[in-house]
Amino acid sequence: MATKPRTTVLLCNSTGCEASHSRPVYEAMTAELQRRGMETEVRVVTGGCRGFCSMGPVMDIYPGGVFYVKVKPADVAEIVEESLVKGRVLERLCYKDPVSKKIIPIFENIPFYAKQQRIIMSHCGRINPCRIEEYIAFGGYEALAHALLAMKPEDIIRDIKASGLRGRGGAGYPTGRKWESTRKAEGDIKYVVVNGDEGDPGAFVDRSIMEADPHGVLEGLIIGAFAVGAHDGFFYVRDEYPLAVQHLNIALQQAREYGLLGKNILGAGFDFDVKIVRGAGAFVCGESSALMQSLEGKVGEPRPKHVHATDQGLFDRPTCLNNVKTWATIPHIVNNGPEWFRKMGTQDSPGTTVFSLVGKANNTGLVEVPMGISLRDLVYKIGGGLPKGRTFKAVQTGGPSGGCLPADLLDLPVDFDRLTEAGSMMGSGGMVVMDDRTCMVDISRYFLEFLKEESCGKCSTCREGIKRMLEILDRITSGQSQAGDVEMLESLARTVQMASMCGLGKSAPNPVLSTLRYFRQEYEQHITDKFCPAGVCRELVAYRVVAEKCKGCQLCIKACQREAISGSLKQPHMIDQVKCIQCGACFEACRLDAIQVVSKSAIGGNGNGAKAGEAVKEAVA
Amino acid sequence: MPKVTSLEDLHKLRAQLREEVTQRYDVGTTVVVGMGTCGIAAGARETLLALNNELARREMSANVTIDGCIGKCQFEPIVTIHRASASPVMYGHVTADKVPELVDKLAQGQVIQEWVVTQEE
Repeated sequence: MATKPRTTVLLCNSTGCEASHSRPVYEAMTAELQRRGMETEVRVVTGGCRGFCSMGPVMDIYPGGVFYVKVKPADVAEIVEESLVKGRVLERLCYKDPVSKKIIPIFENIPFYAKQQRIIMSHCGRINPCRIEEYIAFGGYEALAHALLAMKPEDIIRDIKASGLRGRGGAGYPTGRKWESTRKAEGDIKYVVVNGDEGDPGAFVDRSIMEADPHGVLEGLIIGAFAVGAHDGFFYVRDEYPLAVQHLNIALQQAREYGLLGKNILGAGFDFDVKIVRGAGAFVCGESSALMQSLEGKVGEPRPKHVHATDQGLFDRPTCLNNVKTWATIPHIVNNGPEWFRKMGTQDSPGTTVFSLVGKANNTGLVEVPMGISLRDLVYKIGGGLPKGRTFKAVQTGGPSGGCLPADLLDLPVDFDRLTEAGSMMGSGGMVVMDDRTCMVDISRYFLEFLKEESCGKCSTCREGIKRMLEILDRITSGQSQAGDVEMLESLARTVQMASMCGLGKSAPNPVLSTLRYFRQEYEQHITDKFCPAGVCRELVAYRVVAEKCKGCQLCIKACQREAISGSLKQPHMIDQVKCIQCGACFEACRLDAIQVVSKSAIGGNGNGAKAGEAVKEAVA
Repeated sequence: MPKVTSLEDLHKLRAQLREEVTQRYDVGTTVVVGMGTCGIAAGARETLLALNNELARREMSANVTIDGCIGKCQFEPIVTIHRASASPVMYGHVTADKVPELVDKLAQGQVIQEWVVTQEE
């Protein structure tokens, strides 16, 4: 008789790991197992995203749960020999904690995971997203069966309301209330919509969930449809997420085959089906009313919201639209009850949420945490602090229209209300850690540039206001600022905030307002001293060697792509200010803090300046 | 593919599918076969395969895993049994032919005293 597989090797194949070449690892693994005649003994499963994308491709070996990171095809033969044949742990492929330098073989013990609480992402990375069988084996569709066969729609809505679940898309509107309004709205045709148009740069939470656990989202959606009385649903997924679309398509197909989607679901007499619509990738289409316009085939522009979508949404029918994370939370609440959900998170924001922690943190990736966790825990305990011992400067939450929070707000509990009070927002879960080499003026300029491109142009305040704000920021960062620029910026920001119609316009000035609120001094340094302390705005800075500190190790000379640094071994080096393009590579390379960022005006008069003067003469000659 | 039309259907289906993912759960019982060079030389691989077959034949839910040499090479092949409610038991000289008896006693929750190398208290 055939041997039952004794080991399962789980290999991530979602976009993050795929990009770091997980496919060749999979192929090498199956080939190696075949070569050794072990293909029936070891089951290789392609799973979804584990969230630790910076460590990809990642591999788990069960039973036991040994976790290998950054696996290359060349490592496969050794993994098979050592781990699958001899049962040893290959330490060189295990995760090494950047702080304690300890090797941690089991993934649950890695601080990045140990501090997380995975509910929404509980299936992500544990199951093969392309097989409904695995989802069912892990308890999937139990909630749907319970909802359809043992609950009335009103009961479900009551439970969701009691759970206190708030929309994970960013605004935090109570989900139960939205469902109730849709249920009570007049009309026999109603719709449910999944907002999978995740447009924030740096955020990839929704993508990973759709890729790694499409059935989880679908199950939540069907329960929601039953609760509000809808028979048609839509997944609105941006076209940049081809793997998510592919996995969702497979999921829908499989669910139909098992009678979990389509006519007479689970024999309960409830009909419901779903279409996937791909968005063309406009940021504004993540806004609910613009999304519905786009679904209708019109130009994706927001519309006034005095009539709620729950009364007249898609095709002017009552529509219930929720974010991917919100839908994916529903089955867990139905299974475990509202009290269970309320035990996590805070009084006003119960439950967990997922952030994509990126930027200057040692551990980056997707993290699911209970609401109310402090920013400090997120950055230092889960993120493992900042690399190279850099100083924390700010954390940016809520995507481009969120805000930057400074170090003295590190103990702020993260939930919808606290973040809004602090001038930022939850958004769809982006969280960017910034160090002292980040210029806050430049950051707000960067986000405004993004928002300028993405403004749909319907409201003049947003369309013109963002453009004018960007012009001012361009002036400030290039050293051409004028008196009154900051005041003008502030006044423009307030106007855009007040007079724009949709959430995008209203929140667009957030990057400017929050940096002005917490880092005003940095703006003033840019304007009055014509200096960028972070050394980012190239027009305003110069790099200089501090002769007393320089030991002449030549590291900076090697780092400089422009060959602007000269000096012999053990002698203090010099930077040629004419050749220098202020890229900061020497600053990063120096281990003795001997490279200094100074303002452009400060380099005249000293040795370096004289050198620069000579170089100019040479260049002219 | 048969449609799922009731809660019982779903549960029946889940029970059938469960085997596939059982290694990703902690099922309570883990059988560890020593697969160091000493173990392999003493026939641990045959023991391992026999264990797999025997457990599958009896449809028992236990995870089978392997580890390296623990220094008691003279007792190889060594099989250690970890159970949720009992202390781990280490058996020595478990060649493939002894596997049916081992699984027999495992199913009954008994310890084969004559084979024990060590048993933690």
